[in-house]
Amino acid sequence: MRATILVRPKQGILDPQGQAVEESLRHLGFSVGEARVGRVVDLEVDAVDIVQARAEVERMCEQLLANTLIESYEIEISG
Amino acid sequence: MSERARAPKIAVVVFPGSNDDTDAVWALGALGADPVLVWHADERLPDDLGAVVLPGGFSYGDYLRCGAIARFSPAMTAVARFADEGGPVLGICNGFQILCEAGLLPGVLRPNASLSFVCRDVAVRVERVAAPFTSRCERGQRLVIPVKHGEGCWFAPPELVRELERNDQIVLRYAGDNPNGSIADVAGVLNDRGNVMGLMPHPEHAVDPLLGSGDGALLLASLVDAARDRVPVSV
Repeated sequence: MRATILVRPKQGILDPQGQAVEESLRHLGFSVGEARVGRVVDLEVDAVDIVQARAEVERMCEQLLANTLIESYEIEISG
Repeated sequence: MSERARAPKIAVVVFPGSNDDTDAVWALGALGADPVLVWHADERLPDDLGAVVLPGGFSYGDYLRCGAIARFSPAMTAVARFADEGGPVLGICNGFQILCEAGLLPGVLRPNASLSFVCRDVAVRVERVAAPFTSRCERGQRLVIPVKHGEGCWFAPPELVRELERNDQIVLRYAGDNPNGSIADVAGVLNDRGNVMGLMPHPEHAVDPLLGSGDGALLLASLVDAARDRVPVSV
């Protein structure tokens, strides 16, 4: 089973990287609002079904893939 | 007093990508300790250990988040056990990041607000002296110690910052010039028990006035004192 994990800076957390990207896009002439920069993790999970895979990936996020003090995560599972 | 008691053993843990381990060893040795390098894959720390230092560097290439991978090193399990027994543990720069990721210290280190790597002397103010890391300082004392980091912006949610302030766990604050945008100008924090500390400035680079400042020696000599107090005198 494949999992895609999106890790984002939490709402309200200063994201200097996002600010730099936003300013650069404006510099290029694009009209953009607030930009936030996160991270994508793609991985294959050994699990019997989607429920188990999701539970497994959730534990991965809590223990390693995200620092929940400053980051939120979203999990997508596909067969 | 035995030779061992006069020169307390202090472990300096070397991770792949550590680069201030040798400087830490040199500084601790110059301040009267018996420093021992410990490889990150070692599951045990030396016997009769007085303290542990996690040095600066870029452990595991700073992959994922700074310190996030290093905390799984076998040596870190032993360090957590040592801290749990009340042993003094000091994390410098990357060592601070590792201790935060390992949950041994509150908060997290984020990219500098400027997004630039900073490398310069900064002034910090000592906010607490009742700790194994600042016993040789005076409260309010201003220390000049260099920083060199890209991810030193310490962050914790406001309610946690207030709790740490109430518990007197904020040991060092930048005095005037905050190089990384850390919340509440925090430069160094303690755990609630008071035996684990992390800081972004590098005291091991400031132990000789010839090199710009000797102020870092006050912090490291405090640690050496604490390590000496901990090591039982061998007979």
